[in-house]
Amino acid sequence: MDATVDTPTENWPDAIYRVLKDADVRQACYVPDAGHTRLINRLIADPDVETNVLTTEEEGIPIAAGAWLGGQRTVLLMQSSGVGNTINMLSLMATCRFPFLTIVTMRGEWAEFNPWQVPMGAATERSLEMMGVRCMRVENPADVEETVSAAAALAYEADQQIAVILSQRMLGRKKWVEK
Amino acid sequence: MANMLDRRAAVKSLLSNRGDMLVLTGLGGTCWDAAAAGDDPLTFYLWGAMGGAAMVGLGLALAQPERRVVVITGDGEFLMGLGALATISAEKPKNLGIVIIDNEHYGETGMQPTHTGRGIDLAKLAAAAGFPATAVATDEASLAKAITVAREAPGPTLSVIKVSVDKHPLVLPPRDGAYLKDRFRGALLGAQSVL
Repeated sequence: MDATVDTPTENWPDAIYRVLKDADVRQACYVPDAGHTRLINRLIADPDVETNVLTTEEEGIPIAAGAWLGGQRTVLLMQSSGVGNTINMLSLMATCRFPFLTIVTMRGEWAEFNPWQVPMGAATERSLEMMGVRCMRVENPADVEETVSAAAALAYEADQQIAVILSQRMLGRKKWVEK
Repeated sequence: MANMLDRRAAVKSLLSNRGDMLVLTGLGGTCWDAAAAGDDPLTFYLWGAMGGAAMVGLGLALAQPERRVVVITGDGEFLMGLGALATISAEKPKNLGIVIIDNEHYGETGMQPTHTGRGIDLAKLAAAAGFPATAVATDEASLAKAITVAREAPGPTLSVIKVSVDKHPLVLPPRDGAYLKDRFRGALLGAQSVL
């Protein structure tokens, strides 16, 4: 079995990449998700961005704190299930008012076939909000660029903790293909 | 293993004549140890965020490749984020030294034993993960080498300093995280960085 994603609009990962570059993001942390494939590959190919592959999403929070202490901006890319791995560590960002930007691809909400994804998917936004992270949800590919740009300004200029939530409906149904 | 080194003396030696070193601590004992050695704007203390100290070190080391970054944390704190060994080793920051002040116990919560007293060897784990230099200190001679590894050896390095469970008076650094962050950035990046 091989997983592929039907991406309705090819351009939105490129739009996110452009916004992150315009915002001078220098470190990108990720635990991969199929929905982030194109963006992760573009960041890995960029010699001016350090990409950190994480063993768990939780690691991305203190890396963002350390990078900011050293004068660099970061982004954390993860899927909704990974949000659950970050919860206590988000105390660091709230307590110290560290800028924090994460882009979360959703599972468990729209035409999900895997029941194991549903509980964390249903709790993703509430979990983030309970820990002081504001969620900005995107349902339409045309809104991605403007939303990520606004989120980056709130995070890096207003010292806020912001999650851009990319809806599963926008990402497209996950297809399972026989090899 | 007899753990006879004194943690306060060990951390004081580690931080003496620190030059332009950037220092991060874990929560609890190592936070108080670093404060007792002398507060400094270029020390960022964690009062929480257990399991995150080494990862703050990675983010800082990547952002400031010309500066030595030393993380001082406890065995319990480090054990909570063991994946850090893999994530750090994948990046191979030459300027990052991690120091584990290892009393083999959770000192802030009633001295319950940790894994390190039950055979888990953090230096061997780091070596297996690909850290180019590791050290274990159990006496004054090996302490000097462990400190040199942490401060000077091409990283990432991991130094385990085996210390006694002796209690020390609390020496508290500032605890407002936003203040600690801005103080650190101001000292490192200049006053403009916190405007």
